Amino acid sequence: MPPVFGVLFDGLAYGMLLFLLSVGLSVTLGMMNFVNLAHCSFAMLGGYVTVTLMNTLGWPFFATLPAAFVAAAAASVVLERVFFRRFYRASDLEQCLLTIGIVFVSIAAAAYIYGTDQQPLQLPSYLRGSFTFAGLNFAVYRLFLIAIALVITIALVAGIESTRFGAQVRAAVNNQRMARGLGINVDVLFAITFALGSGLAGLGGALAVAMVGLDPSFAFTYLIYVLIVVSVGGLGSIAGSFAAAMVLGISDIAGKYYVPAVGSMLIYLVMIVLLMWRPLGLFGRR
Amino acid sequence: MQRFLNGLAGLALLQALALAGTGSAEAQDTVKIGIILPFSGQFADTGIQLDNGIKLYVKQHGDTVAGKKLEFIRKDTGGVAPDLAKRLAQELVVRDHADILAGFALTPNALAVADISAEAKKFMVVMNAATSIITIKSPYIARTSTTTPQLNQTLGTWAAKHGVKTAYTMVSDYGPGIDAEGAFHLGFKEAGGEIVGSVRFPVANPDFSAFVQRAKDSNPDAIYVWIPGGAQPAAVGKALAERGIDPSKVKVMGQDSLAFESARKSMGDTAIGIITVSDYDSNIDSALNREFVKAYNDEFHRNPDIYSIGGYDGMRLIYEALKKTNGNADGDALIAAAKGMSWQSPRGPITIDPETRDIIQTVHIFQTEKVGDQSLNVEIDKVENVKDPVKERMKH
Amino acid sequence: MSGDTIGAPRDYLQAQIRWRWGEIVFWLATLLPFVLTPSYLVLASQIAISALFALSLDLILGFCGIVSLGHAAYFGVGAYTAGLLSKWGWGEPLSGLVIAALAAGVFGYLTSFIIARFRHLALIMITLGLALLLQEVANSASWLTGGSDGLQGIHTWPIFGRFRFDLFGYTAYSYSLALLFIIFLVARRIIHSPFGLALRGIRENGARMPAIGAATRAHVRTIYTIAATIAGIAGALLAQTTETVSLEVLGFQRSADVLVMLILGGTGRLYGGLVGAAVYMVARDQFSGLNPQYWYFWIGLILIAVVLLLPNGILGGLSLFTRRAKEKP
Repeated sequence: MPPVFGVLFDGLAYGMLLFLLSVGLSVTLGMMNFVNLAHCSFAMLGGYVTVTLMNTLGWPFFATLPAAFVAAAAASVVLERVFFRRFYRASDLEQCLLTIGIVFVSIAAAAYIYGTDQQPLQLPSYLRGSFTFAGLNFAVYRLFLIAIALVITIALVAGIESTRFGAQVRAAVNNQRMARGLGINVDVLFAITFALGSGLAGLGGALAVAMVGLDPSFAFTYLIYVLIVVSVGGLGSIAGSFAAAMVLGISDIAGKYYVPAVGSMLIYLVMIVLLMWRPLGLFGRR
Repeated sequence: MQRFLNGLAGLALLQALALAGTGSAEAQDTVKIGIILPFSGQFADTGIQLDNGIKLYVKQHGDTVAGKKLEFIRKDTGGVAPDLAKRLAQELVVRDHADILAGFALTPNALAVADISAEAKKFMVVMNAATSIITIKSPYIARTSTTTPQLNQTLGTWAAKHGVKTAYTMVSDYGPGIDAEGAFHLGFKEAGGEIVGSVRFPVANPDFSAFVQRAKDSNPDAIYVWIPGGAQPAAVGKALAERGIDPSKVKVMGQDSLAFESARKSMGDTAIGIITVSDYDSNIDSALNREFVKAYNDEFHRNPDIYSIGGYDGMRLIYEALKKTNGNADGDALIAAAKGMSWQSPRGPITIDPETRDIIQTVHIFQTEKVGDQSLNVEIDKVENVKDPVKERMKH
Repeated sequence: MSGDTIGAPRDYLQAQIRWRWGEIVFWLATLLPFVLTPSYLVLASQIAISALFALSLDLILGFCGIVSLGHAAYFGVGAYTAGLLSKWGWGEPLSGLVIAALAAGVFGYLTSFIIARFRHLALIMITLGLALLLQEVANSASWLTGGSDGLQGIHTWPIFGRFRFDLFGYTAYSYSLALLFIIFLVARRIIHSPFGLALRGIRENGARMPAIGAATRAHVRTIYTIAATIAGIAGALLAQTTETVSLEVLGFQRSADVLVMLILGGTGRLYGGLVGAAVYMVARDQFSGLNPQYWYFWIGLILIAVVLLLPNGILGGLSLFTRRAKEKP
C-alpha cells in the first residue's frame, strides 16, 4: 500500500478527535444560540482529570475516561445554572465576553494547580506501539481513538434519530419557539444537552492528552480548530460536525504530505472556500 | 501651535531632569535588576524555570553584592510581544531606575529591548534567547545561554564525522527553526555529509505524521528534527514510532527540546536512541552539576533544565561583574567587567567572549538511554570552547 | 408643515453632533498624563493606539453589526508597511503614515467584497481565517517581514524634523493622541450623517434596508474600507513609536484583545472603544505588575463581573446610571 494511506489513517484519527471536541458545541450553538467559547475549558478539565486520576491515584486508563466525561458534564451543569442561563437572551458579544472571562480563569487555575509544563501520560501497554498491515505501520492508540469515536457517533445518531429525547432536541434546534409552543421544556432540554456536549468535550480532552499533549494553553489552542469544525459543519448538526472534522483532518494531513510548503494555510483556505460556498455550513439549516 | 509644542517640549525636558535627579539619589545603596520574562502564556514554563535558576543563585549567595543590596523587579511579557517588552524595559529604566536588564526568553523581545539597552546605556544579560544577532544590537549585551548555530552546526559536523552520510531535516517554520536548519546543513555538508531532503512544518502543528512519512520515504541515515519545547517533542517522538522509524537503522537527532524530561516521559520507550545536542542536561556527570541539581530539587521539586542554567549563570555573571566594578552599576563599567569573564558552571567551563560578548562553552552530545527504569540523557561526546559560528564568519 | 418634515432629520443630526460637556472633559483628561503621570507616557501612547484600533472596530461592529475576529489583519498591514518604509530608508513618520493607511485601505477595500456578502458565524470565521492566512503568509515571506524575529532596522525620523522620539515617550504620546483626536472627529462626522444612519439601519435589520432604497452592500464596503484604513493607521503608529514590528500585529490574540476592549467599553457609542482600551490596558498593566504569573485570572474575573453587572459595557452601564439619576425627582 502506498505510504499515503498510513498518513491518511493518522489524519482520520486526528479528525475523529476534533469531532469529539466539537460536536457538543455545534449542538448547543444550534439549539440555544449560546456562544460558549469556554467549551475547550471543559475539554481541558477532562484531560486534567484523567492525568490526575492516573498519575496521582493510579487508576487504570479506561476507568478515567468516564470520570473525565462526568467531571466535565458536572462542571458544565454548575456553570450553566449559575451563569449561563441568565445570558440566553443576551447579545452574542456579551456571551463572548463572559465565556472568554471563564477561559482566562480556567487557564490560570490550571496553571496554578498543575504548573505550566506538559502533563505526562503513560498509556497502558496494550494501547502503545503500532502494528503492521499491508506493509504500513498503524498506531494502536489511533485505531482505538477511531473506534471510540465511531461508537460514540453511532450512539449519538441513534439517540437523536430514534429516541424521544432526540426528537425533542431536533425540534428545539429547528425552531425553538415552536418547540416551546408544543410544550417541550426547552430549558431543561438545553441543560441536559449542554451537559452531554461538555461531557463529550471532556472525554475528547482526556483522549487528546496521549495524542497532542496537555498544558494550560489547551483551552485556547483548540478553540480555533473547534470553531472551524463547527462553522464548516453547520450549527446543530452531528453529521455536519463529523463531515467537517473529517474533511479538515484529512485535507490538513494530505496537504502537509504532498505540499508541505503550504502547511497550515490549507486548513484556513479550505474553511474560507467551504464557508463561501455554504455559509450555513455543510449540513446547516436556517 | 508651534509655541504650544515648544512649551510641551520644555516641560518634557524639565520632567526628564527632575527624574534623572531623583534617580541618582536612590541608586546609592541598591542595584535594581529588571527581569523581563514570559511568566504567562505558552512560554510560561520557560520563564518560570529561568526565574527559578535566578532565585536559586540569589538564595545561595545572598542578595548583597559588593556592599550593594540587590532589588529585583519582575515583568511579564506573556509570550512574543516586542512592543510590550520594549515598553516594560523603558518603564524599568525611566520609572523604576533599573540598573540592569535581565531575562529574555524570546528573540523578538530581546531584540526590541536591545534598543533601550543601547539608548539608556544599561547592562543587559540575555539568559535564554538564542539568535546570533542579538548581541550585535547593543554594546551592553552579554549572553549566558547559547546560540542556535553554536549547538546545531556542531551537531551537523559531529554527525558527519560519526558515520552519518545522508540526513533528512525537519524544522519548525519560524526564526529559530530556520536558523537551526541552516546551521545543521552547513556543519553537516562542510564535514562531508549529504542532505537528501528537508521540510518545514507550521509552528502550531499538532500532527507530524505526514512529515515523518516524507522523511521515511527518502531513506536517510539520520533524521534531524528541530521543534520548540511544549507538546511537540512527544508528538514527534510518537509519530516517528508510529510510522515505523527504527532507531537502530535511522538515527534521530535534534536539539535539547526533543529529549526534554516531559517529552521523554510521554514518549516512553520510543525515546530510546535519540541523539540530542545541548549546552546542558540535568544528567551531566560532574560533582558541581550533581550539587546544583540537588539544590534545585530541594528548592523547586523538579529538575533544572537549559532555561534554569541560563538564569543561574546569568546571575553569576551579574554578581561577579558587580564585584569587579566594586558595586558600580554603570553600563560601561559592567560590560567591561563582564568581557572575558570565565568560570566553571554546572554545565562545564564557560567564558564571555571579550570580542562579541557572547558565550563560549562546551557543547555536549547526549543519547537517550534506559538507566534502570527511567530514560535519561547520557553524554556520549562533547566539543569544547565553541564560539558562535555566525559571528565568527562575520569577522572574515 | 412640509418645512418641518425636511428639516427634522437634519435637526436630529445637528443635535447629535453637538459637543456634550462630558466629551470635552474626556478629551481634556487625555492631556493629564503629561503632567500627572509622566513616567507612564509610553503606556499612554499604546493605549491611544489601541483606542484608535478599537474605534475602527466599533465603526463596523457597533454601528454596522459586522463581527470581525480578524481585524488585526489591517492593523498588521499598516504596521508592516510603515515598518518596511522605514527599514528601506524612508523614516519620515507622517508620510509613512499616509502610505500605510493607503495600503491598509486598499487591502480593506479588496476584502470588503467578500465580507459584505456574509453574516453571522460564517462572517466571523471568514474574517478569522483571512487574518490567520495573512499571518502565515507573513511568516513564510520572512525575507520581507523578518519572520518571527520581526522587522529590524526601523528608525523613525523626528516629526516635522524637530520632535525626536525620546525615551520618555513625550513625542510618542503627543503623536498618537493627536492622531486619535483627529480621526475621532472624522469618525464622529461619519456616524452623525445620513450615511451613519443608514449603517445603523443595516445593523438593526439588514434585510429591510433595500426596501427603503439603501444600497446595503455598497455601504458595508465603504465603512469596512474606512475601518480598515483607520486600523492601518493604528498599526503604523505602533510600528513608528515602538520601532518594532513582528508577526503578533497580525495575530488572533490582537484581534481578540481589541474585541474584548470594545465590548468592555460598550459598542456603538464611539467612546466605548476608547474607554474600554484604557480600562483593559491599565488593568492588565497593574495586575501584571502585581502578579506576573496569574494576572489573567483577575482579568477574567473582571470580564465576568462587567458582563454580569454592566450590560452593554462600561458606557452602557454609565448611561443607565445617569438616566436613572435623571429620573429621580
